[in-house]
This record gives sequence, C-alpha cells and structure tokens, in this order.
Amino acid sequence: MIAALSFYLFATVTLLAGLMVILSRNPVHSVLFLILAFFSAAALFVLLGAEFLAMVLIIVYVGAVAVLFLFVVMMLDIDYVQLREGFAQYMPIGGIIGLMLLAELIMVATARMVDPPIGLGSGPAIPDADAVTNTEALGRLLYTDYIYAFQTAGLVLLVAMIGAIVLTHRKRPGVKRQVIADQISRTAKDAIEVVKVKSGEGI
Amino acid sequence: MEIGLFHYLALAAILFTMGIFGIFLNRKNVITILMSIELMLLAVNINLIAFSSFMGDLTGQIFAMFVLTVAAAEAAIGLAILVVYFRSRGSIAVDDINLMKG
Repeated sequence: MIAALSFYLFATVTLLAGLMVILSRNPVHSVLFLILAFFSAAALFVLLGAEFLAMVLIIVYVGAVAVLFLFVVMMLDIDYVQLREGFAQYMPIGGIIGLMLLAELIMVATARMVDPPIGLGSGPAIPDADAVTNTEALGRLLYTDYIYAFQTAGLVLLVAMIGAIVLTHRKRPGVKRQVIADQISRTAKDAIEVVKVKSGEGI
Repeated sequence: MEIGLFHYLALAAILFTMGIFGIFLNRKNVITILMSIELMLLAVNINLIAFSSFMGDLTGQIFAMFVLTVAAAEAAIGLAILVVYFRSRGSIAVDDINLMKG
C-alpha cells in the first residue's frame, strides 16, 4: 500500500518536473526542474530495489551533469526570449509525433509476451537483499563478467574529459603566465650585473 | 493497487515522449534540447531497471550504469561544443549551426 502510494507520488513528481523542463521559459528553471526529476526518479529506483543506481543517479546527474548545465546556462549571455520564437508553431507537429510515439510505446508495453519470454530472466539473478547488498551484487558482476565493458566505459569517460578540455581550452594573447622552463634556466650571470662605481660620481 | 511492470513501463514511455516533445518544442535552444535528451535517457534507465527488478535479472542494472556513463560523457562533450560555438558566433540558435559547413 505504502509502496504503491510512493510510486504514484514519485511518478507524478517525475512527470510534472519533466513537463516543466520542456515548458518553462527560463532555462535556469528548466535545469532546476531537471534536478527534481532526477531526484524523484532516484526515489523510484529505490522502490525498485536498485539503491546503488539511485545514489549514482543523484551523484552523477545532480552533482555533475545538472551543475554543468547550470554553469553553461549562466555563463553564456543569451537572449532566451528570442530563442523561444516559434514555440507555438512547433506545438502541433510535436504533439502529433509525440502522441503517435506514446501510443506505439503503450501498445508495445501491453502486447502479449512471447511465451516463454526469450532470454529474459536467464541472466545473473538478483540475490536476496538480506544476504548480499545491491552494491555488492553489482560489484561482483561488474568486476567479473563485465570487466571489459567496465574498462570501455572508463575509456569513454577519459575521452570525454580530454575532448571537453581540448575543445574549451584557449590560449589568450596578452596574458602573463608562469613559464617554469625559463625560470629554471635563468642563471646568476644573466640575472645580476656588478657595476664598478667610481667614488664621488654615481652611475 | 499492486504496482507492476506495466506501471513503470508506462511512466518511462510518457517520460520518453516528453523528451521527444521537448526537442520539437524548443527547436532553437540547444541547451533545452540537451536537457530533453537527458530526460529520454532517464526514461531508458527506468525501463532497464524496471525490467531488471521484475525479471529478477541483475544485468539490467549493469547496463543502466553504462547508459549513465555515456549520458555523462555526452553532456560534457555537448556542452563543450556549445561553449566553443557560442564563443565563435555569439549565439546558440540551432538555425545558424548549418553555417559551419564542415
């Protein structure tokens, strides 16, 4: 009963937040509603028994991705009112395509399953939550059967990191920087000069 | 009142449709389009985890994690491209992006 009530509560919050993401005028509000959608989706993950992924969702999405969006929205000086031109114009075509897609997805979800379901449930079973925690079960699977996929995911993140740095890094002229090679190669000979001064004359 | 697989699938379907709708609605604003894509990926994750939970198969959760990884990488690269593009043109209107030609 409580599980069902929580499902409906969090599902409603997720859907409303998702709707506000695409409808709100201010992109900052969009990002904040996106964060709300991620939080309620994380609550749904907990209801489904995937605690680790719920926490990862909050850490990765809210902590990294949403904050990145927020930074970019605030950093770029953009006239968002101008970008919203034609909002109502695209509404009908978008609505038609969206409703068609929704109808198709619902039809797929309600379709009769092939009996017995092919391959479903034949993978590694979810262990009893009292014996092995969700995190431990995931780790046992991830570091054994899926080790290559795991390494590839790490490689994808590395490439994304290097790519983002290379793309956004720029050399600006007229900025004084520390050049360590120049500092180290500097000797006393070219740094100071000893001048003999005749007494009573000055330089 | 029992919550079954279908409830979660319906939720994910509505969320995915919202993402598509958002792309059509905000055709000029790249940032909102990227956010709509994040919504769609979230719907995919809900699907994967719901199937994993109701079929008693842990593989779905593993793949949800990979989807999460790719989504984070995609957001980072997408926003980096957006910043570079804004620096060179001073606007992020989608209509102008075809001017780059290559």
